[in-house]
Amino acid sequence: MNELHLPWLELAILVPTIAAIWVGRIHESSRARTASLAVAAITLFLTTACWIDFESLVTFEAHDHWDLVRAIIGRNELVIDKLNAPLLPLTTLLFFLTMLATPRVKFGKYSFSLGLLSLSSTLAVLSCRETWLLITFLAVNAIPMYVDLRSRGKSTRIFAFHIGLSLVCFIAGAVIYQYSDSEFWQGVAIVFLVTAVLIRSGCAPLHCWITDLFEHAAFGNALLFVTPLVGAYVAMRLILPIAPDWALHWIAFLSLFTALYASCMALVQTDSRRFFCYLFLSHSSLVLVGLETASPIGLTGALCVWFSVALSLTGLGLTLRCVEARTGPLSLAQYHGLYSHMPQLAGFFLLTGLSAVGFPCTIGFTGTELLVEAGIGISPLVGAVVVVSTAMNGIAILHAYFRIFTGTSHPSTIVLKTLKSERIAILTFTLLLIGAGLWPQPGVHSRFDAAVELLNHRGIAKIEIQADADPE
Amino acid sequence: MILSSWIPLLGYITVFSPIIFLLVVGFQLLIGRPMSEFALGRWLKSAIILSLFATLAILAIMLVTGSRREIVDMGNMVAIDRVHFHFHISLIFDRLSVPMAILSLVLCGTVGAFALSYLHRDAGFQRFFLSFAMFLVGMVMASLAGTIETLFLGWELVGLSSALLVAYYQERPTPVANGLRVWAIYRLADAAFLAAAVALHHQHSEGNFSVLMGNEAWPAGKASLSEGTALLVGTFLLIAAAGKSGLVPFSGWLPRAMEGPTPSSAIFYGALSVHLGVFLLLRVSPILDQSALLSSMVIILGLVSAILAAIAGRVQTDVKSALAFASLTQVSIIVVEIGFGLRYLALIHIIGHACMRSLQLLRAPTLMRDYKTMENAIGKSLDHGSPWIIGWLSRSTQLRLYRCAIERGYLDSMLDACIVRPFIRLFSMFNRWERAWTQWLSGSHKVIPIAVEDASHE
Repeated sequence: MNELHLPWLELAILVPTIAAIWVGRIHESSRARTASLAVAAITLFLTTACWIDFESLVTFEAHDHWDLVRAIIGRNELVIDKLNAPLLPLTTLLFFLTMLATPRVKFGKYSFSLGLLSLSSTLAVLSCRETWLLITFLAVNAIPMYVDLRSRGKSTRIFAFHIGLSLVCFIAGAVIYQYSDSEFWQGVAIVFLVTAVLIRSGCAPLHCWITDLFEHAAFGNALLFVTPLVGAYVAMRLILPIAPDWALHWIAFLSLFTALYASCMALVQTDSRRFFCYLFLSHSSLVLVGLETASPIGLTGALCVWFSVALSLTGLGLTLRCVEARTGPLSLAQYHGLYSHMPQLAGFFLLTGLSAVGFPCTIGFTGTELLVEAGIGISPLVGAVVVVSTAMNGIAILHAYFRIFTGTSHPSTIVLKTLKSERIAILTFTLLLIGAGLWPQPGVHSRFDAAVELLNHRGIAKIEIQADADPE
Repeated sequence: MILSSWIPLLGYITVFSPIIFLLVVGFQLLIGRPMSEFALGRWLKSAIILSLFATLAILAIMLVTGSRREIVDMGNMVAIDRVHFHFHISLIFDRLSVPMAILSLVLCGTVGAFALSYLHRDAGFQRFFLSFAMFLVGMVMASLAGTIETLFLGWELVGLSSALLVAYYQERPTPVANGLRVWAIYRLADAAFLAAAVALHHQHSEGNFSVLMGNEAWPAGKASLSEGTALLVGTFLLIAAAGKSGLVPFSGWLPRAMEGPTPSSAIFYGALSVHLGVFLLLRVSPILDQSALLSSMVIILGLVSAILAAIAGRVQTDVKSALAFASLTQVSIIVVEIGFGLRYLALIHIIGHACMRSLQLLRAPTLMRDYKTMENAIGKSLDHGSPWIIGWLSRSTQLRLYRCAIERGYLDSMLDACIVRPFIRLFSMFNRWERAWTQWLSGSHKVIPIAVEDASHE
């Protein structure tokens, strides 16, 4: 396997881990924030350098120079490849922008130390492909969230039950798959693995832990726990290469159901966080729908939607968080009329929301189009469900926009306008969302390469592309 | 030959002038430094004049060279050659798109100039022109679209800007609720359009109209689809057109859309936006030719909508709603013309109707004042007359028709009763179940005021 020029991956994971301990010892919250921002910026540099270094090697996968993990366990299990190369800087960017846009009033509630720990464990998950190490990192990844819920005095039962169940299923699936030879037991193992992924991704009816998380945990932490789509990553790494078609059909069926159900549920929510949560569930499920197509176009669409969900919905979540920091929890049962106080946040809310639903000239458009195209190839019903759920989400977005920003005049004696740090985050998101929408080719090309390699692992891409290219 | 070589450059100018205007307006609002009204007016006028002159120049070149169709290829937005997937952007200049683009630019220019004075120092001045710029780009893109994806792009921009402008007076809940209703119908139409677009794309691996509708210039094309596929795709497109143009059963949004400021009502619901659905039917008219059943559906839909709009329009008590239904009547007649294959007549009808209705809507506020002056002068109400057919109807029939007209054909109530309320009830119930389930799991026994939650949706 090719080697990177420096141990970028391990540095990107270790720097925030060590810094989390240091930041945890800083008692003054504004200093903790500055330190965390600096660490997140360094990690962003490391992951971006890792991506650039990987691209310069012109290879499918590479591992760190002076690989510490290989020295310990004897194998190259932290890898960078076509799938995760852009995901690492993307995830770090989401953490950085979330920390940047955290308003002062949230400093007491948002733990920067836990944020850094979460960043490092998420990067560890996203750069790992070995089953047991991946399961370990998934378990570690859940710890900051659990601690956050505990520290707020909220019930951890739902979170612990679901995440625990998914880990148990992962372990059971991995053990059975590793030690069984018969087709039956391998099928059982796949069932366990699929169940674990569905729970971790929040597929209905096992999605309640995500709504609970958004209602009770710090919004920023909850946002960053779900938007990197770790469940989808595990599905691509563990399930796609080995799962038989029936398993993919089940994943797709439940994901489609979740996409439609969550889009309908988003329309009837009266709590802004629950609204956001269902919107997220509806979109994130579409990524798993692409698995079923098991075709280069469908998988490319799914991977593009992945980017769109991560960027758009983190942006949308941050907007909601900024508004909540000024007004307190928002009820969608009434109009708030906040537009005149925060027009930039209002515009950004609309932009991120529409981008998520695949509005033309935004990042979500191409991915949705590819996904629908591939879906119709399988069955018109699949394409129709994707189209209908995005239409419903579009209505839900405008409904929430009107409720929060219009409908009345909001009297306020204090200035509620956007802060400089929030403006920087908004501008960065806007440039990415519209830039990738107007010039989607590099992103789509990169995702297509990743999709082809994933399908090669499954052993079908070459055949299918050949068949597409030469119908005779 | 030399003249034709100018067409690509002119095509780019036609499209990019409004796009640059949109980017400028959007960016200055994003960074929180809005430009002056005067500067914005200059940008608007420059963008429209430049775009209009470029289109007129293309028309002149086509007339001189005798060309009936020019295609400006703008390349692939997305291309995955290994699986033959192309998302192509191209502009088409033909007998349908050039008149529509010129109409859009002339009316947007006129109404834009009117709005600069009408909304002078209005708190939402910048917001209005952001939506207006979005609408302008959408109309130009949709009119000149050479691929179904480009048309969809313009279509979506027009839809979003329409909904935002209906909710322009956003401090009041009614315009906002109406804006949401318009958006909901538009999203349904968009979903139908997207389904049709993807189905067409799936058939041919590309969405070029010149491939989908045959190589001949409009209206002589022949769709390369089987009758069954044409019926399926055509039905989706008909739903999309019905949503966008306010045909039955979606007519309810049109009078609601009049909540917006007069210039937007004029340009959107009197002139351009309301005609976008029928423009779509004209653009894909070769598909209609493939299926007699589809053509019949188009005719029936047009007739039903025309009759309903004519009846409902008679009882409206405010001028903008009356004009909205008058618009709908004409649009429905245009749909009937398209169903019968009278494409040139439909195109001429669109142009004439859009110009006249814009003028009527812009004149409406001052007309009311003039009527009042006249009535004061003659000392009695002006006689509006009543149609001859009323005399033939019995009193009970008249009453029934009146009730039907005042309720706008019961279409909104029907959609509310059959779709909206059952939907909200069902998913509110699921919401309650989910909350109960999570409370049980977490061991919490807090009671949530569900009745209040549900009531807010009703």
